[in-house]
Amino acid sequence: MDGAYLAQQILNGLILGSMYALVAVGFSMIYGIINLINFAHGDIVMIGAFSTLALLAVLGLPLWVVAPGVVAVGALCGLVIERAAFRPMRGAPQVTGFIASLGVSIMIQNLGILTVTAQPRNFAFPHYMLEAVPVFGFEIQVVNICIMLAAPLLVLGLLFVVHRTRLGVAMRATAENLDVARLMGVNINRTIAATFALGSALAGAAGLMWGGKFGQIDPLMGFLPGLKAFVAAVIGGVGSIPGAILGGYVLGLAEVLFVGLLPPVYSSYRDAFVFGLLILILLITPNGILGKNTEERA
Amino acid sequence: MTAERKRLLFLALAGLALTAVMQAVFDDYLRTMACFVGIFIILAASLNFTNGFAGLFSLGHPAFMAIGGYVAALLTFNPEMKPLFLPDLPEWLMSLHLPFLPALLAGGAAAALTATVVGAAVLRLRGHYLAVATMGFLIIVQVLITNMEPYTRGPLGLNGLDALTDLWWVYAWVLVTLYACWKIKFSSYGRMLQSVRENELAAACLGTNLFHARLAALVIGAFFAGVAGGLWGHLVTALTPVSFSLALAFSIVVMVVVGGTGSITGAVVGAVIFSCITELFRPLEENYSVYGVGEILMALVLILILVYRPQGIFGSREPDWLAPQTNRS
Repeated sequence: MDGAYLAQQILNGLILGSMYALVAVGFSMIYGIINLINFAHGDIVMIGAFSTLALLAVLGLPLWVVAPGVVAVGALCGLVIERAAFRPMRGAPQVTGFIASLGVSIMIQNLGILTVTAQPRNFAFPHYMLEAVPVFGFEIQVVNICIMLAAPLLVLGLLFVVHRTRLGVAMRATAENLDVARLMGVNINRTIAATFALGSALAGAAGLMWGGKFGQIDPLMGFLPGLKAFVAAVIGGVGSIPGAILGGYVLGLAEVLFVGLLPPVYSSYRDAFVFGLLILILLITPNGILGKNTEERA
Repeated sequence: MTAERKRLLFLALAGLALTAVMQAVFDDYLRTMACFVGIFIILAASLNFTNGFAGLFSLGHPAFMAIGGYVAALLTFNPEMKPLFLPDLPEWLMSLHLPFLPALLAGGAAAALTATVVGAAVLRLRGHYLAVATMGFLIIVQVLITNMEPYTRGPLGLNGLDALTDLWWVYAWVLVTLYACWKIKFSSYGRMLQSVRENELAAACLGTNLFHARLAALVIGAFFAGVAGGLWGHLVTALTPVSFSLALAFSIVVMVVVGGTGSITGAVVGAVIFSCITELFRPLEENYSVYGVGEILMALVLILILVYRPQGIFGSREPDWLAPQTNRS
């Protein structure tokens, strides 16, 4: 095995990791603020991918208009889902919200099948995005460069919101203690809705990237990335934004290296490896690498 | 004979009569549907055992089904066909041919054994972390089935199983499952399980071995799921890894939640309602190609139930006319 091959694999891992990190951050934020494991989060990735396709191919808009549009669509979906499904059952036991989110996920997937059929569709990215350009002696597609740059930028933007704005203060206060935050005059409903909107916006952006990278989308495509983003969040420590970013990159690298460095017969065991890793981490250190020490396991 | 026994016996006989009527009146399609409903009753009741009695929220139920289904299928598969379908089977499996009942029991036992091993590891987790770990287990089992081609034919799936499952087999197992659940629920052991669900700390203080109680709940639930998998395989006469998906796990959870977590009657009612709804929507979906409507409706009902009646139809009780003396709590 030569160095170039390894470097290529690491690069692929970083690309995949960027997308996992984007989805995992939203997952973690929502968990952090209302202790909800939101399974529908992955399906926003699917919605993001399909709205990209609609805006690009059907309306023929240029990519620089489409990208913010898709982010907005993601945010809107987050708002709607929170309002319709999760706000009515706030305060119910954690497991209730978890089951409800599975319900929402199944509903979104089947609404997708109903409206655009289960048929996979080719994703039409403009040609200049798919060209390979040489960077430091590697051939990298423009779309992959964009993913590697855009994902950290979006996450930085999020960190700015969380740490430098009034909304961010409200979010962190609510995550710390919802009741006390309310007593301190924080508008809980607005803060939680904003968290869903922000997290889902990133998931929408991830959908655009996912479609661009893999070239094919279908209504069920969000499910597995959603689950894996959750694994990423667990690796980093659910509830911690830096943890989710770290977890996303660790998982992306681990997955790509698992496939790339082991003999090809093992590559079909990739998902078993990922979820085995999940169980292992839950057993060894349920709080993840950067997670806070909480009682949420109980 | 106590009043409770009389009622249970009456119900069992009523079920027997219903089965006989269905056997006589229904055509093949309706009989198959009735078998599916019965299998879902077994699944919902067995998940209710794990989830409802002991409060272990498991999404791994289809994994136990799959294990039971494949083991039973390998044991009943026609030995003359085996070399054709599964040329790489080990010698002892190649020649092994068992009748249906031992095959089903072996399937259930294999599922229970797996549950013992898996449970020993993941039962340290609680709440939705346990749910996520069992979901991971389900995906791992799916991947393993897809890749263990010598035994499972991988993604192609095993087909050409003998159609051994009929209404009588399903009825017998529904009876066994429900009776076992009922007896355990209203035994001191069942109360112990429920005390674990209600308050672990208090249960532990009263001398309950939490780990053993939780493991037992998982293993017994897995056994019946394994049997249901075997019945399923020999009803559809085919097994594929994708049949045992998270969507299936979700359906069973919905049945339990809607019926009322912890209620056996609830699990039965939930299973009947939901398998019928899905089945009623299937022709509609195919005729008008509106695929997914059944699932959407199911998810909608679930969310509405979670919002407006989170305890489900029956709560964790049984209806008063069935078990009047046990609802005093």
